[in-house]
Amino acid sequence: MGKLARTMGMMCVAGVAAASAADAQAQGTIKVGVLHSLSGTMAISETTLKDTVLMMVDDINKKGGLLGKKVEAVVVDPASNWPLFAEKARELIAKEKVDVVFGCWTSVSRKSVLPVFEELNGLLFYPVQYEGEESSRNVFYTGAAPNQQAIPAVEYLMGKEGGEVKRWVLAGTDYVYPRTTNKILEAFLKAKGVKAEDIMINYTPFGHSDWQTIVADIKKFASAGKKTAVVSTINGDANVPFYKELSNAGIKASDIPVVAFSVGEEELAGIDTSNLVGHLAAWNYFESVKNPTNDTFIKQWKTFIKNPKRVTNDPMEATYIGFKMWAQAVAQAGTTNIDAVRQAMYGQKVTAPSGFVSVMNTNHHLSKPVYIGEIRPDGQFNVVWKTKGPIKADAWSKFIPESAKLTADWTFPWVCGNCSEPKFKSLSN
Amino acid sequence: MSPLQLRTYLRTMVIALVAILFMLGLPTLAAALDIKDLIAGLAEQDPNPAIEALAAADNPKAKAALQALAAGNLYRRLADGAVIIGEKDGEMYVVTNATTGDIEDMAKEAELEVIVVDAAAKALLAGAGTGTPIGDSGPPDFASAVKALNADSFAEKGKAIERLTALADSRAVRVLEALTEGRLFIRKSDGTTVIGDRSGNDVRLTLATTLEPAGIVAPAEVEPVVINNNLRNNIREAVGRLGLLVADASQRRHAADALIGAATPETIGLLRDAFAKETDAGVKSVMALALAAAAVVDGDKAARLAAVAVLSGSTDLRVRSLLQSRAAAESDLEVKAAVVAAFNSVQRNLVFIGYAANLFQGISLGSVLLLAAIGLSITFGVMGVINMAHGEMIMLGAYSAFVVQQIFRSVLPAAMFDYYLLFAVPVGFLAAGAVGVALERGVIRFLYSRPLETLLATWGISLVLQQAVRSVFGAPNKEVANPSWMTGGFEPIGGFTVTWNRLVIIVFCFIVLGALALLQRRTPFGLHMRAVAQNREMASVMGIAATRVDALTFGLGSGIAGVAGVALSQIGNVSPNLGTIYIVDSFMVVVFGGVGNLMGTFIGAMTLGIVNKFLEPYAGAVLGKIAILVAIILFIQKRPRGLFALKGRAAEA
Repeated sequence: MGKLARTMGMMCVAGVAAASAADAQAQGTIKVGVLHSLSGTMAISETTLKDTVLMMVDDINKKGGLLGKKVEAVVVDPASNWPLFAEKARELIAKEKVDVVFGCWTSVSRKSVLPVFEELNGLLFYPVQYEGEESSRNVFYTGAAPNQQAIPAVEYLMGKEGGEVKRWVLAGTDYVYPRTTNKILEAFLKAKGVKAEDIMINYTPFGHSDWQTIVADIKKFASAGKKTAVVSTINGDANVPFYKELSNAGIKASDIPVVAFSVGEEELAGIDTSNLVGHLAAWNYFESVKNPTNDTFIKQWKTFIKNPKRVTNDPMEATYIGFKMWAQAVAQAGTTNIDAVRQAMYGQKVTAPSGFVSVMNTNHHLSKPVYIGEIRPDGQFNVVWKTKGPIKADAWSKFIPESAKLTADWTFPWVCGNCSEPKFKSLSN
Repeated sequence: MSPLQLRTYLRTMVIALVAILFMLGLPTLAAALDIKDLIAGLAEQDPNPAIEALAAADNPKAKAALQALAAGNLYRRLADGAVIIGEKDGEMYVVTNATTGDIEDMAKEAELEVIVVDAAAKALLAGAGTGTPIGDSGPPDFASAVKALNADSFAEKGKAIERLTALADSRAVRVLEALTEGRLFIRKSDGTTVIGDRSGNDVRLTLATTLEPAGIVAPAEVEPVVINNNLRNNIREAVGRLGLLVADASQRRHAADALIGAATPETIGLLRDAFAKETDAGVKSVMALALAAAAVVDGDKAARLAAVAVLSGSTDLRVRSLLQSRAAAESDLEVKAAVVAAFNSVQRNLVFIGYAANLFQGISLGSVLLLAAIGLSITFGVMGVINMAHGEMIMLGAYSAFVVQQIFRSVLPAAMFDYYLLFAVPVGFLAAGAVGVALERGVIRFLYSRPLETLLATWGISLVLQQAVRSVFGAPNKEVANPSWMTGGFEPIGGFTVTWNRLVIIVFCFIVLGALALLQRRTPFGLHMRAVAQNREMASVMGIAATRVDALTFGLGSGIAGVAGVALSQIGNVSPNLGTIYIVDSFMVVVFGGVGNLMGTFIGAMTLGIVNKFLEPYAGAVLGKIAILVAIILFIQKRPRGLFALKGRAAEA
């Protein structure tokens, strides 16, 4: 009898212990890793994205968290140092055991963390427009692929409204994103009948500050009697001296328009734009787009950052979409298990601040609208052209012969990011 | 509302009333004043009176309602009988209230009843011009053309621009210029078109129709009128045509210049008239060039030959490409030979100008390098301190410029803004100098005989300073505007642009260099500085307070870096990383020029700048930079002490 009582007692204790353990589990947090540079060259752009993720975390916690748990952000600083990105990614996944990571800006940092995410089966949301030619099982790309930014922008300039441009300067910073984008653009232009002598390609180092020669060269190239435009994939700090030189050299947007793919509201905040009015940028979102979702987004950002002068931009919107989609997928899957969440991501819809519903496709890229905006004297953009609706991203460009053969589709029967034929044969016969 | 605003407002109202009265005649006056009733009237059994009255009223809502009626998009909502404009969107209709112009909600087809009109009403609608865009209806007067600039599509805006230029109204030029520069707005409160100029954090408004001031509002109160580059070109051509006949010579010159190689048959006529009347020799020669550029294409043989002779003296890039295309297209052999000869002579001149331009750009780059390096040549060159935080001193100077600019913007009147840089220079000097002195007293003086530790310590300090600035000002770039006297540029000869900000920086750099040389050679402090640098013990024995001189010298070097930062804020970024861009270049200049020698720094900076700029057109920016670095490494192997090494006993100290 005494023995029985003791056993019962032990079972009770064990039961209570088990219950309290389960309780602790329920009260535990969902960890979100933030992998953006907070120091070094890229801090200028990436700090804002860190704050955006924190804003979204704050927002979701105010609304009661996710799966009944609080969401906790784990912020690390990879310091604009590409190898350090890989180390910090490993730290986030293996040591901190985060459920998802939002991070990276430059393509080189993404390429650096890619093997880590694939090895440890992590989940990365990458929020910046990039060169495409990639689709990893462990990454969701919420920025634009070239066919959602570069190609429509060039088509716009070729059209009547854009001034029927016949001669092209492709100017970029010397690294993987501009080089790949320019390769795609060159192939596209040639397919459209532009001759090689009407294309000038120019690369400059990161942080290039003396633009006199290049601006003079652009002027010379443009004097051939054909309408000329500059397609700029110049990145980061080099933009400010470039635009200053352009405006002081008297190059007006109506003579030689410059369309940029890496210059948004945040970058323009460092430039006096009164002489740059009319130069263009192509993005999937501008702060000046009018719709209720965007109004709320802007208000939320200004309140969170406690500064009414801060602006919003495209990568922030992409972070917003990515975070919302991830939260929805977690809610749908009922777990933060990476494989379950990944399956729940496909077809996930979010009403984006761009004014359209963005959809996650099975190639891990989004369908998004394309806007072309013109620089205003106050550093914002006026939308001068937009697509009728969202455009589906091509992970692999149709204009590069080797890539045109590849398909990215992570659902049956393909289940592959870069295959020329499906991984599985059809099971029906 | 201020009395002035009230007056303007009242006057606009009276004018509008009189205009409506005039158009409608008195009998329909009562109805005309209430657009709401009229629009509701469209749904009645006989809509014709309402159509007539609405067509006569110059009101956007009335026009929108009529257009919707003509297009069959006007509906009556069954629920409340309200007249609405419905646009089909998928299965549903987007409902716009016709009387308020607000989008209300979506409706199903079954909830709406389309308003059908009979033949008589259709005729009336056609008469009201509703089939065509807003811009084409109504009398061609200035106010309505200005209003039409805010049409929905770029095609309609283009028509409005044509109408405005056709009016040849002097006000049109100002409105169109505001439009091209993005300064034309719609006031949200009442929908009037206004010109907005920045005034501090607000926008100063001017009514576009009357050019009268209309108060100052917050930027959120106005909505920009959107335009694209195509329309901008149309405007420029139109304004250019008007510009040939204006009083101001520089504007005439500008207008004539825009027509080189771009003249159409009608502008050639205008250009000839203007050429005949022109008295200013400079403007006349530009006009002659524009005429010749036109004549060389479609004149008779003699005219073509004469035109070629005029063109051969030009150095304009457009003339070169024109001649190049003519050399291929010309059929007459004699003219063709002349064209080829002219092309070659233009080409020769251009090559020459290209060298001149390279030289200027080289000197400009050299002056930037020099400014960045002068401070270092003192701290590193004279004191022997490897100061990795030198770049951050430059950054502090640039941020001082930003702070001074913000103070000027918010406190002082806008007219004073152009002078902010003059104040920023001493502020930048003092700020960076103070940090420099603190640095020397706090850290560096303990490390004088240990160069490696100095290097590490100053590098650490540079990171601390960067992060401190990032915490205080935030990571994004800060905007530091060029004052108006440093904006833009001029062309001394065709094809070669000298920008004001670079010219000012070159001059400024020489002033700093000169002042520093004077300080070193002609003042007691300069004497002490050189003495301590040459032989510290001996100088101390002679009664010089060596530690005080150290602190001041380091402060001077840092202060000059701060001044450089103020100057560099005018051509580049102002961000926490500013310093890292310049630190490598600065060391390169100082080492190349020879340590401890102001003249060496000067020659070194200029050589590097000019060689770089002559190399860049051939090698490209990336390879050019690499080539320079390799050349310097080789040079240092040969001459470890740089171009101008100190000789004699001083070198050993």
